[in-house]
Amino acid sequence: MKHLLSTADLTRDDAILILDTANQLAQATGQGVGKLPPLRGRTVVNLFYEDSTRTRISFEAAAKRLSADVINFAAKGSSVSKGESLKDTALTLEAMGADAIVLRHGSSGAANTLANSGWISGSVVNAGDGTHEHPTQALLDAYTLRRHLRAGAGDLAGATITIVGDILHSRVARSNVHLLKTLGANVRLVAPPTLLPFGIDTWGAEVSYDLDDALVGADAVMMLRIQQERMNAAYFPTIHEYSQRYGLNQARVNLMNQGAIVMHPGPMNRGVEITSEVADSPQSVIVEQVTNGVSVRMAVLYLMLGGNEATV
Amino acid sequence: MTSYVLKNVSIVGGTATDLLINDGVIAQIGDGLNADQVIDAKGCIALPGLVDLHTHLREPGKEDAETVLSGSKAAAAGGFTSVHAMANTNPVADNAGVVEQVWRLGKEAGLVDVRPVGAVTKGLEGVTLAELGTMADSAAGVRVFSDDGKCVHDPVIMRRALEYVKAFDGVIAQHAQEPQLTDGAQMNEGIISGQLGLRGWPAVAEEAIIARDVLLASHVDARLHICHLSTAGSVEIIRWAKSRGIKVTAEVTPHHLILTDELATSYNPVFKVNPPLRTQADVEAVRAGLADGTIDIVATDHAPHPAQDKDCEWSAAAFGMTGLETALQVVHATMVKTGLLNWEQVADRMSYAPAQIGRVATQGQALVVGAPAHIALFDPNTEVTITAENSVSASRNTPFAGYTLPGTVRATFFDGKPTVLDGKLV
Repeated sequence: MKHLLSTADLTRDDAILILDTANQLAQATGQGVGKLPPLRGRTVVNLFYEDSTRTRISFEAAAKRLSADVINFAAKGSSVSKGESLKDTALTLEAMGADAIVLRHGSSGAANTLANSGWISGSVVNAGDGTHEHPTQALLDAYTLRRHLRAGAGDLAGATITIVGDILHSRVARSNVHLLKTLGANVRLVAPPTLLPFGIDTWGAEVSYDLDDALVGADAVMMLRIQQERMNAAYFPTIHEYSQRYGLNQARVNLMNQGAIVMHPGPMNRGVEITSEVADSPQSVIVEQVTNGVSVRMAVLYLMLGGNEATV
Repeated sequence: MTSYVLKNVSIVGGTATDLLINDGVIAQIGDGLNADQVIDAKGCIALPGLVDLHTHLREPGKEDAETVLSGSKAAAAGGFTSVHAMANTNPVADNAGVVEQVWRLGKEAGLVDVRPVGAVTKGLEGVTLAELGTMADSAAGVRVFSDDGKCVHDPVIMRRALEYVKAFDGVIAQHAQEPQLTDGAQMNEGIISGQLGLRGWPAVAEEAIIARDVLLASHVDARLHICHLSTAGSVEIIRWAKSRGIKVTAEVTPHHLILTDELATSYNPVFKVNPPLRTQADVEAVRAGLADGTIDIVATDHAPHPAQDKDCEWSAAAFGMTGLETALQVVHATMVKTGLLNWEQVADRMSYAPAQIGRVATQGQALVVGAPAHIALFDPNTEVTITAENSVSASRNTPFAGYTLPGTVRATFFDGKPTVLDGKLV
């Protein structure tokens, strides 16, 4: 695996290898306290053009636990804010010897461009590109689902996962649809019609405008963050109405299968797409998703930078 | 003045004969002709010099992308003898000074007839009319007015412009793009944009403006031209308007005859263009529309950009692609080889009709004895693999790099003088 740009590029075997590797690394680091040597001397650059706390520190923790050198490059206050292009920033990082660039960028396809432009020789990990994809989020979601629904092994065949919210603008949703399908799950997408992209009927997922219907028989629900500014562009009338129709509360959680789990990629709008009661309930795995994110990102960096198998 | 004879040439698809060019005109047609210089044109087609109604020459203001001279060279290399230079320069061609400057630069280059297009509104801002009559009366003799790159969105301004230019037989060339439906849009809205997470540009944003404007043109009995029509629905609206006798004409670009939005999956900004590449169904509809005359002409929308505006992420990239040097080959591949057009119809769509719409009296004339010698000599039997580095244009943003296209422009004659010979600029 040279780059990780889209979960659509992963076969079932690729995905399971990443998840299994994440599992091994999680155990080896003893719940994330230890440090492993395989990426000693390798340099990982976190190149973040958008504000992101959790994804950046998750990648930073993952790289450091594998003993890589980490450079954090945030757009604000850097040469980027002085108008430097992605190309010139990439050439600079290449000249500094970056082995992998973890890119968060507001432009869909930016990671593909960075990987395919010939600007750099190292690997590219897409840490979220515009409204396109966020593959490591989908991998950590799959890892979390597998732990709870399949005892941490194999795929997700037969599981039913409901994804709710702003599918149109969600990179998390796109990456999850590809990966969950690859792993054999049934995917349901729920949103008001305005927040579903054109051609959603070709995605191989069930589509519903009704949250209650889509929760019956589900093994997990993923709530997506809804942005206030969508209201101004008339995607829906008010936050209040959105919350009434598409917000997750305990009554709705109770419609799901026994043992079903509640997920959210964060950051949450408590009281909007999810009630505090649900977010903090025993069925919520939202905090665990963060922990699993580090393991999955360790696995991605490890497999990508060719870590020595024997060290695990 | 050197005389030339094209030996055994097929005049717009006719049987082989000789064509003598002398003193700027077609002096003689027939067998056994001779001249100072003899060009073996066996198997080649002589077409009237191509006329482009939609070219961005970028001068003044963006000379790193193209100049009137470099764009004239690219045009000649593509078999063109006239181009209409769009108004979205810096400063905008919204007054007699700028259009006369461009016109004069065209004369100095001397390779093609450069016809400046005047802006419809001051600064392309869509608010107040530019001095349309002054531009019409200037040395540039402007007859085509367009805010291309931007839509004349205000229906009152559009109505007034359509009416006003009737006084000097002008035409408004509309860039049909409803601005609010396309705010931040990056590519055609369809299955691909949904997958790629790029903001969609719905077909209705083009079609709604065309529908409005054909009704306005009908109401005020004025000439309307639609730039770079790109959707199946737009073809249907134009077909309906023509059936009602509305004075509307329309153009399609070479790239919309062959490329689709699937190319965006590479995120290579060379395929980012306004209007966006559409679906295969749209490609088939615009081909059919061009074949049956619903779409009157092919116009390149040649839009050169310097490397830095394309060597970047998709959303940061400029819209547009070059097209002058490959237009005839693309029409050959998509329209002639498919049996949709014969060469006489190609001459109509790429020379007679655009000259007529632009009211360029000296261009777009049939290749008969006594006509001015504006000629494109095309060898349809060759194949060329396009490379960006070989572009004559000052820019390299051709979408056809790596494509093998049929045919080569062997020679171009402008006013009886060769601008291209043996496939090379003279």
